[in-house]
Amino acid sequence: MADFKYRLFNKMIEDFALNEVKPLAAEVDETEQFPYSTVEKMAKLGLFGIIVPKAYGGMGGDYKMYIKAVEELSKHCATTGVILSAHTSLCVAPILEFGTEEQKQKYLPKLATGEYLGAFGLTEPNAGTDANNQTTTAVLDADGKNYILNGSKIFITNAGPASVYFVIAVVGRNPKGVECAAFIVEKGMEGFSIGKKEKKMGIRGSSTCELIFRDCVVPAANMVGKHGEGFKLAMKTLDGGRIGIAAQALGIAEGALKETVNYTKERVQFKRPISAFQNTQFTLADLYARVEAARGLLEKAVEAKQAKAKDVSLRAATAKLFCAETAMEVTTKAVQFHGGYGYTREYPVERMMRDAKITEIYEGTSEVQRMVISASLLK
Amino acid sequence: MKIAVCIKQVPNTTEIRIDPVTNTLIRDGVESIINPDDKSALECALKIKEQTGAEVNVVCMGPAQAEIALREALAMGADNAYLVSDRAFAGSDTLATSTIIAAALHKIGFDLIIAGRQAIDGDTAQVGPQIAEHLGIPQVTYCGEIKYVKKTKTFTVKRIFEDRYQILSVAAPALITVLGANVKPRYMNVGDIIAQDEKEIKVLTFADLGCAPENIGLGGSPTKVKSTFTKQYDSEKQLVELSPQEAAKLIADKLQEKHII
Repeated sequence: MADFKYRLFNKMIEDFALNEVKPLAAEVDETEQFPYSTVEKMAKLGLFGIIVPKAYGGMGGDYKMYIKAVEELSKHCATTGVILSAHTSLCVAPILEFGTEEQKQKYLPKLATGEYLGAFGLTEPNAGTDANNQTTTAVLDADGKNYILNGSKIFITNAGPASVYFVIAVVGRNPKGVECAAFIVEKGMEGFSIGKKEKKMGIRGSSTCELIFRDCVVPAANMVGKHGEGFKLAMKTLDGGRIGIAAQALGIAEGALKETVNYTKERVQFKRPISAFQNTQFTLADLYARVEAARGLLEKAVEAKQAKAKDVSLRAATAKLFCAETAMEVTTKAVQFHGGYGYTREYPVERMMRDAKITEIYEGTSEVQRMVISASLLK
Repeated sequence: MKIAVCIKQVPNTTEIRIDPVTNTLIRDGVESIINPDDKSALECALKIKEQTGAEVNVVCMGPAQAEIALREALAMGADNAYLVSDRAFAGSDTLATSTIIAAALHKIGFDLIIAGRQAIDGDTAQVGPQIAEHLGIPQVTYCGEIKYVKKTKTFTVKRIFEDRYQILSVAAPALITVLGANVKPRYMNVGDIIAQDEKEIKVLTFADLGCAPENIGLGGSPTKVKSTFTKQYDSEKQLVELSPQEAAKLIADKLQEKHII
């Protein structure tokens, strides 16, 4: 029975991505406009609430479906893929996994329908890979009802369009460093504003902005997890997020490989289609093998996440590292096969190569993934 | 209100290629889909459901593999799915098929029946109208739009022709056939995709329907297929060399002759 569920879901998301997302991908990139109309269509289909249980107004689906959705969307438009990934992995998932019953009832139904879009705020100007070096503070006010947040976060995906932000802030210090806590911050809360929008190399339709907190008043009831647990929750959240980005990277790689296969059959040089040259054939074979290996690692990570396995950090880091580097390799070779045309915006591989690069950087750079993997091997 | 929607599972002909040696269709590896006109018929039914809360029941005659087509219909928002399936039905032509489906619809019950105009693998457009005849109900064919009018409890339907359309009003019970090109079917949605897993596909067999055995299957099919071929548009060609003015006049004359202008 369960077989039908996945078959139908895959067919739906493939059709949707091909018919609704692909036609807009070049324009979304060119104009750097957030694809509100696509997001609205995705909301109608229930894509923003896949992993949310029915009890909280969600669809009662699972991680496997959500990851498939990110992959399929990213085959045609990496911008659309990351909107879903950041929403689901970085905002819906931590509220679902770590939130109180009140927090879940308050936020999950609206996040599930897409009425609220979600985002996540950890990175700061001086706390990227060194995420422990946070400076945004949260201080409990005198009557104990609210936390007052001060500071800023940068490079926040979905910032602006998002209504709910899962934000990490420093609540104390100990000899080892900072103590953090996680907060649900809503758009419109006093003292919270959206700052500069980044002009990016790729995923240009996704909204990436600064979050500014100036004596921002957040109810104490919006703290997720315990005082001092913020950093741990953020890292666990990123384990899930990395699986989403691995799916995005895999989608980009698959999309670029497909474009390239088609192009090499059509492009004629020296009176033969370039697919007739052994260099083309062997390179395409190698790229295909890499993509399939990446898929295997992603599937393992998804299984670990679904089973709440202990090694989910390791699996997620491995999948993210390999999928991201595969996306970069495939798209770079895809541009090379397209020659001069591939360097122009006439062909989607140019965009795909720019989009691929971010997957080696955000939600932990490839170097961070290597740190996570080696730490697990050497412990 | 109960709306029954008739669907057929067909090979995706946009993917079908012709074997150059045997000149027959290569069906290997071609996915099966819900016939496009039928999917649009389902969309019309689901729109009425949104407006009125009607119950939408999908009916499909075919082998066990057709279950996926019915499950797709459930994932789009249909309430119940019926698979009409029996070895005794094999080899049925359109008359025998419509006899069987009419019996199934009679058993399931309906206020309105919506079907696709025709299936892309046969292109006969006969089964819908035949069902209406078997059931003795009015039929409206080639429709692009169906609206329920609450005040009069009737359906306003738009019949589409090549060069004009008709707006008609019809009361239930009735059968309407839908032209797919005018109705974009919705996608499946995540909630219904998951909900269909819990739903059972009800199977109706020969024993459930009480059709006369001589009216169904190969024996009940008066149609004998001599040969099948793909539609081709090979009209006579005429090559002329004229000045631009003369050529323009010739084209205009020809178009007038064919009643195009």
